[in-house]
Amino acid sequence: MIENLDPSLVDWSRYQFALTAIYHWIFVPLTLGLAFIIAIMETIYVKTGDPEWKRITKFWMTLFGVNFAIGVATGIILEFEFGTNWSNYSWFVGDIFGAPLAIEGIMAFFMESTFIAIMFFGWNKVSKKFHLAASWLTAIGANLSALWILVANAWMQNPVGTTFNPVTARNEMTSFWDVALSSTAINKFLHTITQGYILGAVFVIGVSCWFLLKKREVLFAKRSIIVAAAFGLIFSLVVIGTGDSSAKDVAKYQPMKFAAMEGLKKGSEGQSIVAFGILKEFGEEKNVDFHFKLEIPKMLSFLSDYDFNSFVPGIDDIIEGNEEHGLMPAQEKIERGKVAIDALRALNTAKQNNDTEKLNELIAMFQDKDFKENYFKYFGYGYFTNTKDLIPNVPLVFYSFHIMVILGSFFVIMFALFLYMGIKNKIKNQRWLFYVGIISIPLVYVASQTGWIVAEVGRQPWVIQNLMPVKVAVSQVSTTTVQTTFWLFATIFTGLLIAELRIMFKQIKIGPKEGK
Amino acid sequence: MKKNIFIRIVDFYVEGFKSMQVGKKLWLIILIKLFIFFVLMKMFFFPNELKTKYKDDEGRSNHVLEQLINK
Repeated sequence: MIENLDPSLVDWSRYQFALTAIYHWIFVPLTLGLAFIIAIMETIYVKTGDPEWKRITKFWMTLFGVNFAIGVATGIILEFEFGTNWSNYSWFVGDIFGAPLAIEGIMAFFMESTFIAIMFFGWNKVSKKFHLAASWLTAIGANLSALWILVANAWMQNPVGTTFNPVTARNEMTSFWDVALSSTAINKFLHTITQGYILGAVFVIGVSCWFLLKKREVLFAKRSIIVAAAFGLIFSLVVIGTGDSSAKDVAKYQPMKFAAMEGLKKGSEGQSIVAFGILKEFGEEKNVDFHFKLEIPKMLSFLSDYDFNSFVPGIDDIIEGNEEHGLMPAQEKIERGKVAIDALRALNTAKQNNDTEKLNELIAMFQDKDFKENYFKYFGYGYFTNTKDLIPNVPLVFYSFHIMVILGSFFVIMFALFLYMGIKNKIKNQRWLFYVGIISIPLVYVASQTGWIVAEVGRQPWVIQNLMPVKVAVSQVSTTTVQTTFWLFATIFTGLLIAELRIMFKQIKIGPKEGK
Repeated sequence: MKKNIFIRIVDFYVEGFKSMQVGKKLWLIILIKLFIFFVLMKMFFFPNELKTKYKDDEGRSNHVLEQLINK
């Protein structure tokens, strides 16, 4: 029984996955964003023929190379963990993860390895235009690589385009396009890559500000800031749009996450949004209440579906149900989930007893539309007894979401300010602005990580929404082994991060080189 | 005489690697990292649970089914 599962094993497996994912995500967004900024800078060089732009491009390319080299293959650890710590999950998802990851691997290998080589080795060996094409294709390739892992992640948040095979205990893809083009996948991809562009832009501005503070490479820094600020401003506005459509998607498919993002206990029509608030102690009882909060009337309803008067369910509505708004109580979902698990148990017994007639009858039941929509849809709920276990860590999700939104808004203003000052040539002596630029580098990483905390902590307790809770996904391995590898990874990844920072700082101190 | 395309590609990479500066250090880090990940970590700490314990897909299916109905 699930109650006998060592809770520390589940927790440590989660900590380990979170640790590796967080470290991996330190490297990825800079690659996504910086690649396009470099391609834009090189385009200006090719268009103008001005050698200063080549110098600028090559400097940022060096930093891109450092980040790429240190970050490459850090994601592979997550795949190791799937196979060892999350074997039930890995089997259950079937080829849903395998197919996108295989495409990612092939694309990443052929596109990135080929074009990155031309980017770094091809100066003066291939034509300017061919080199430029390689830079653009590197950026496009890196972003397309991200697409496939995000498609796989989106399926976990909103499992569509698949059917469960009860004989093999695997989900099978019925429509690749439903999986790849689900609204969740598209929103996740667009929101994730665009925030990577913002991170890349902030990084360029911050490093350029350091040069200005040191009164070094002023032309280089000013030009870099203008490109990055323009790029960042465009995508910080785009990210508001992608964030808005992501929020609508979450409201539709993951209402508990949406309620947690806002600390919404009891929903209402014309629901206000919490612009800022301090939560009271969450505790074992999972109480959600505020010491104080600043609200904007009706905005949460609008955010959920463009209607200022629509109903937004709160945590209590989702747990206790709300007949008026057609919300089934969580206890009813648990009962239905247990029916689906019992059916699977009966099917397994029939399989073991070679009772073909019963087996075929139960297989047909799992394929029946009514059973799928009324029982199997709630399969994962059957593993719970206490409905409170269906509530994620609300304070962590609430604060992460609000930090991300506040920082996102700050970056819009920051980019606009840097762009204005850059274009008006007023940037040279604004020391306070240089400090803002430099401090923004760690802040943009905070925004980036908190976004993922909202996505991943917010969907707890599910590893696959409504179908598989985390506690069922985990393998029966030794907790000590998981603890050991947790600390091993913590050491290795911290070492890699230190290496990245040291090499990066050294290259920044050297500055752009005079080159051919 | 113009070199064969494959030789030119190999030369391109060889010359590229030879002319690297910071890249040499980065490649060293990449190789050490890959060794730690694929040789040490994968071999000693991250066996594929189901592939190691069961020789075929039927065994793996049965194991996961047991987990799904008994957890």
